[in-house]
Amino acid sequence: MTDLASEQGTEAARRRPRRWHILVFLAPAVIIYTAVMILPLIETLRQSFFNVVGGEHVFVGFANFATLFGDPRWAADFWNALRNNFVFFLIHMAVQNPIGIALAALLSLPGLRFAAFYRTAFFLPTLLSFVIVGFIWKLILSPIWGVAPWLMDLVGMKALFAPWLGKPGSALVAVSLVSVWQFIGIPMMLIYAALLNIPEEVIEAAEIDGITGWGQFFKIKLPLVLPAIGIISILTFVGNFNAFDLVYTMQGALAGPDKATDILGTFLYRTFFGFQLQLGDQPMGATIATIMFLIILTGVCIYLFGVQRRIRRYQF
Amino acid sequence: MYRTTLQGILLASSILAGVGTAMAADVTLNIESWRNDDLQIWQEKIIPAFEAKHPGIKVTFSPSAPTEYNAALNAKLDAGSAGDLVACRPFDTSLQLFEKGKLEDLTGLEGMKNFSDVAKAAWSTDDGAKTFCVPMASVIHGFIYNKEAFEKVGVEVPKTVDQFFAVLDKIKADGTYIPLAMGTKDMWEAATMAYQNIGPTYWKGEEGRKALIAGTEKLTDEGWVEPFRVLAKWKPYLGDGFEAQTYPDSQNLFTLGRAAIYPAGSWEISPFSSAGLQLGAFPPPVVKEGDTCYISDHNDIAMGLNAASAHKEEAKVFLEWVASPEFASIYSNALPGFFSLNSTPVEITDPLAKEFVSWRETCKPTIRSTYQILSRGTPNLENETWTESANVINGTDTPEVAAKKLQDGLDSWYKPAK
Repeated sequence: MTDLASEQGTEAARRRPRRWHILVFLAPAVIIYTAVMILPLIETLRQSFFNVVGGEHVFVGFANFATLFGDPRWAADFWNALRNNFVFFLIHMAVQNPIGIALAALLSLPGLRFAAFYRTAFFLPTLLSFVIVGFIWKLILSPIWGVAPWLMDLVGMKALFAPWLGKPGSALVAVSLVSVWQFIGIPMMLIYAALLNIPEEVIEAAEIDGITGWGQFFKIKLPLVLPAIGIISILTFVGNFNAFDLVYTMQGALAGPDKATDILGTFLYRTFFGFQLQLGDQPMGATIATIMFLIILTGVCIYLFGVQRRIRRYQF
Repeated sequence: MYRTTLQGILLASSILAGVGTAMAADVTLNIESWRNDDLQIWQEKIIPAFEAKHPGIKVTFSPSAPTEYNAALNAKLDAGSAGDLVACRPFDTSLQLFEKGKLEDLTGLEGMKNFSDVAKAAWSTDDGAKTFCVPMASVIHGFIYNKEAFEKVGVEVPKTVDQFFAVLDKIKADGTYIPLAMGTKDMWEAATMAYQNIGPTYWKGEEGRKALIAGTEKLTDEGWVEPFRVLAKWKPYLGDGFEAQTYPDSQNLFTLGRAAIYPAGSWEISPFSSAGLQLGAFPPPVVKEGDTCYISDHNDIAMGLNAASAHKEEAKVFLEWVASPEFASIYSNALPGFFSLNSTPVEITDPLAKEFVSWRETCKPTIRSTYQILSRGTPNLENETWTESANVINGTDTPEVAAKKLQDGLDSWYKPAK
């Protein structure tokens, strides 16, 4: 009997480790992800170490990076794009996320009428194509046919209107705010979901202790949704440093006026694909893409190791 | 009843399928182009004229959006899915395709003798030995004006720069019309419709352009800075909020009759003519009465043969026809504003187009200064010119600073042959 049992046991042990279904279930995601994400990424990184010298495609080591940071023109364009990108990101962090949180807090108020309607209305722009958003806002802000100058005229503020998209000083802020308008639904929805997750008991306990209204929001709810705010920040960071489409539709590939709205995405596009008479420069484009990848990687790492581990999570 | 209907459908479909196979015996040539505005003209006028004379060859015109054309064409040529015939942009964009072996060498084409060397320059190798596209048309820069506005304000067509500004002053004082319909948002208006339009007068057309390529003149020289100074003076005559005014905005302002003068390229003639306005045109004003006038008569479009085409013989038949005076006549009249580069003179019927083309007799033509050779490197001179022209009009940069930036950029990579 014991012999038989051990024999059965070893047979089972022999059979069990080969859990093929894991591979089978992983395969679709792994294959697709490798084909459309990992291989192109590796290829881009590889390309940034090559360049065309005398008609030959040769390995040049870090020469492309040396050009990007060493050549005064490339460096000026790159730092300009990076600075603009930081401004773009900071405006999102300073405007989009606080307003998103505030909207979520208002929506989660018990007894709010038409909550579903507001929720949909705030989220709707996020679903629109950036081409439509860019075009609509270009028209709204147009000094010739725009609604904006007319509306401002109605309230006697016409003098404050300016062709914002055409002025180097205001174009980047204007484009950033349009992007904020478009994407405000994402932080709102994530925070809204997090707020709904807070158990009634916690709120009731707070109320019994006499914490209500704003105090309740700042002392109870906000700490509980901090992890969600962390996620939103990192999503905003990645989204902003990959941004391209809205600037391209509103300001064109040259990201005017005077490169005032040029961010890393448009800089990469212009370099890689070329524009008008400018022919595409794939190796330098790949170099810029690599730097963008490293910037985003650094940002995500700082968040993962520096911030996320310190955030306290509460289990209910 | 049902059965007979079904049989009828089956019968009909088999007949149709039969017709389909019979049609497939013809060779179909596909044309790639960025001129999606011209689709109707190709379908209704140009292609039927060709097909009537060449049974057995069918032609389809399949254009894409102008801004996407270069990238789309490159991708299609690499993938082997591009049409048999491709519209060629002037200079380096097409030259690069030829050097990569994507375009067939057409030097030996019989019809090439119908074109002058200047006409072929935009689609030939730097030494002029090989030509790879059949020149089709050029566009001329100038100013289009609203005749009604000029009458109402009581001004005459200006000949000199001083008269030009006097006219602008009067229109501005009158207040009914925006003097100049131009914006700086898209930047290319400032560079192409303004700088390249009035510039040749100051840098003396071909003389200055060639000197720039040879390195004997610099963009910081008087002839190249002065047009920027003139542009800076345009600022007060542009519409409110011109900084955010786009190219379609300018077109609309003018066709709605709200602006008096439009710094133009001749390609605007047909869309503007359909707006129902009384329009006239004048060439870029000269500095002093009696000076030689210069116009930008820029080689714009040609047609080449995809080296990977399966129907090269038929495509060459089509290209021979494109090189013929017959095509020149159909094309120039179907598309007023695109002037044939064929040496045989073409009788043009559109009055506005006729006005534009008449300047070829009195003024010296040149092409845009940044197109040949000078936009080959990084930073790209053409793109920098866009940014700087807009900067000068916006007042972001002074003319001298703008010129210096352009020359510094050019110096960083361009070493003229000594």
